[in-house]
Parts: sequence; structure tokens; C-alpha cells
Amino acid sequence: MRFYEYESKALFARHRLPLGKGGVARSREEAASVAREIGGPVVLKSQVLSGGRMKAGAVKFADGPDECPALFDQILPIEVNGQKARSVLVEEKSPVAQEYFVSVTWDGRRKLPVLLFSDMGGIDIEEVAEKHPEHVSKTHFSSILPITPRIAKEAIAATGVSGGHLNKLTPIVFELMKIFLEYDLTLAEVNPLARLEDGRFIVLDGHVDMEAEARGRHKALLAELGVGEDETRQAREPTAFEIAGRKVNEVDHRGVAGNVVEFDGNLGLVIGAGGGSLTLFDAVRKHGGKPANYCEIGGNPSVTKACELTKLILSKPGVEKIAVMMNVVSNTRVDIVARGVVKGCLESGKDPKDVIAIFRIPGSWEDEGFKILEKYGVEYCDRSISMYEAAGKAVAKMGGATS
Amino acid sequence: MPGLFIDVKVADAVAKDPELAKKLEEVCPVSIFRANDSGVEIVEENLDECVLCDLCIQAAPDGQVQVVKLYES
Ligand code: SF4
Repeated sequence: MRFYEYESKALFARHRLPLGKGGVARSREEAASVAREIGGPVVLKSQVLSGGRMKAGAVKFADGPDECPALFDQILPIEVNGQKARSVLVEEKSPVAQEYFVSVTWDGRRKLPVLLFSDMGGIDIEEVAEKHPEHVSKTHFSSILPITPRIAKEAIAATGVSGGHLNKLTPIVFELMKIFLEYDLTLAEVNPLARLEDGRFIVLDGHVDMEAEARGRHKALLAELGVGEDETRQAREPTAFEIAGRKVNEVDHRGVAGNVVEFDGNLGLVIGAGGGSLTLFDAVRKHGGKPANYCEIGGNPSVTKACELTKLILSKPGVEKIAVMMNVVSNTRVDIVARGVVKGCLESGKDPKDVIAIFRIPGSWEDEGFKILEKYGVEYCDRSISMYEAAGKAVAKMGGATS
Repeated sequence: MPGLFIDVKVADAVAKDPELAKKLEEVCPVSIFRANDSGVEIVEENLDECVLCDLCIQAAPDGQVQVVKLYES
């Protein structure tokens, strides 16, 4: 769940991270009034949940308040990567001596938070890592054991920063690590973190993503920031296909068949169970397949629910086949899902044996499920075939890897 | 619409029994039985949701309710 820049900064302000003077403007008059309070040159930044604002022309500079209303009018209607601006952040324009990059995120492979620091901020960090690896440090730390400023200090020093700059940067970076852990964030990023010509360090731009499941634990913070309970805050608006997927899940309380995300491939996915969705989606991609969607099924969805999800996926333009794959299931019943997907194919006017590339759901009631699949001639496999292998079989049926 | 995978049969001898109709309506977790004035009615659109729990079979006199797996035939 993404935060707007002004919300990220409000969170940073709670933790006394150094910020420039500024305020949010929702009208042209407000833009001028904030600039007047700041005094001197300002920067106006569109508040969207997307990067690429500068490129889109949604960041502008003004010498004073008089220019702000016109710039506000120019910025507000600009869509950045399909995102409309909610408001405009007006901040003091500060003469920068050096820019740094600090990011705390989650390393899924190591299952640990990771701190990334660079003394070459303000530009694409991937590019810096490639061209100047000695200017980027990567430091894992525990999300359970106590953390100390020493971790931050060593991460900064690893890029060659020393002396007074190191001492001033350390508490800022350490605080960002604490914010990341305290609010169940998946990203806490400051880029750039600037050293001004007058020697001060301030956060020029910041981004925060919160784990969606953690919303309930941070109701007070979200209320304080003005984040509505119905705001999903995804990187883009849901598509018609995704909205239809949500409805499939909502109209029937039994089990889960949701979290449908649209992609542009030709292999529809009915996937889930105990982290199975992500694993299987990645496995399909690793084999060179092109998923048409992501979804999550589990918790023993009804036949109707599995059927409606199958119909929805098969109705998506470009979908040639579907792969029905799950981790080993315990409370979800194989036969119920088998009935649902077979029925979904038939109700879509398709022959299940032609359109189901592979059915790989091992677990409870699998013998019963396999009888159904045999009756309809659907290729299936049990747990002796791994999820990765099953994904490979599905991709092979699509004609193999696609570039 | 009849079920694609499951059929449920109630013998004529007990199909008009209001007490059994009520019992069947009560025990079936996926609402396949409906008790009405003329006894028990099968709710066809729910047939494929049958979870094969056998509660209906146990609730009825021996052999009077049958759950048929159509995919076995
Ligand atoms: S077996 Fe269970 S689910 Fe099926 S009809 Fe009988 S009571 Fe309902």
C-alpha cells in the first residue's frame, strides 16, 4: 500500500527526520499561500503514486508565490503513468551540494530487511549499482533482534563516506530502518537525501509502502495521515478484469478466489495455496511462459466460485489455455476445485481437455478429483510432480518459452 | 439445471414426508434440499456443490436417499 510523498514525509516528521519547509496545496490559491509562508524559491511536485514525475513535467520550480497558481494549474491535470494527481506539494527549493540514496526494503530470498545506501543519490540506483558498485552498499539486518546505529554507520562508511558527513547521516539512516520495522513497511526510501550547501542534511523526496495486511495494526497512523479505509493505494487503478475478479470473490463467502491481477500473456492461471500463487507465477515465468493473470485461490472455495473464476479467466482476450495449480492442499478440496474448473470450461463453451494445460492440485480428496479429471480427459499430476515441473508442463503445452 | 457431477435421489416412498424434508433441509451444508408443502424438493442449482458428507443419507431411512457421482458412470 503506497503512501503519497506528502504522507511519507508526515511519517518521517513523526520521527524527526530533517525535512525542508513546505505544505500540501489543493488549490492554486493554497499553492501561492504555502510558497508565501516559505519565502524564496520553491518546487511544486505533483502528488501521485508513481515515479517519473520529472519526466512527465509534473515537477516545476518557481522563484516565488506569484508564479505558483499558474504552475499549480499546469501540474494538476498531468497524468503520470496513468495516475492522476491528488494535490501538489510545495516545498522550499534548497541549494544542494550532494545527494545520497537510502532505501530499506525486504529481501525475499534472505527473508531479512535490507538497507541500501549510496553516496550517488538522485539518479537510478540500478544504474549506479552497475556502473559504480563501490558507491552502493547492501546490508541485511534482523527484524527480530535489536538494531543499533552501528549497522547504519557501517553501511554508509562502506561507500567511502567518512568524518562529519558520516556522523550526520548515521542517525537519519538509522531512523529510517526503525520506521521500516515499526510500521510493517515493505519500502522506506529517501532519494535524494541531500546535503545542502549550508551543511544541513534534508530529505528531498521520500517513498513509503506499507504491507497491505498490516493496515489493521496501524489504523491510528493511517487515520492521522488521512488514508481512507477504502483506499487500496495500488500502483495503478484496477482494470475491469480485476474488478470482475473481486466480485467473483465477494459474492460467495466460501473460500477465496481473488486477488486477481491482469497481465498480458496467453496462459490463464488458477493458482494458490500456502504461497503457491507467487511460486507458481514465478515458475511459469521462469519457464518462459506468459501468464495472463495472477490470482489466489484457497480456503476451499465453492464449485461456483472456482467455476466463475475459470470463466472470467477464459473470457480474457488472448487466453488460450489455463493452468490449474496449487501447493499441497489440506482444507481446500481437490474434487471441489476440479468440478469448478471443469464446469467453468464447459460453461465457456470449451472442452476441458483442450483448454486445461495442466491440473496439479495434490491433497485432500485428490482421488475423487482425479476421477473427475479422468472423465473429462484433463491431464493432471499429483505431488510427485513439483510445482515447478507442473508449471513447465503447462508452458510446454503452450508451445514452450516465448520471448 | 441438473448437476453435472452429482445427482441426489429421494425415494418416492419418503419424498412427501414433511418431517424428513425438514431434516434434510437442516442437515445438508450446501442447501440441496428444500422443505415445502408437498415434501422435499431438490435444489438443482446447488447439486454440484455437494460435499459428499453423507449426512442426508444418514438422516433418511436406509436406502431412501442416494447421492450419485455422475462422473463415475
Ligand atoms: S451428501 Fe452432504 S452435501 Fe451432499 S446432498 Fe447429502 S447432505 Fe448435502
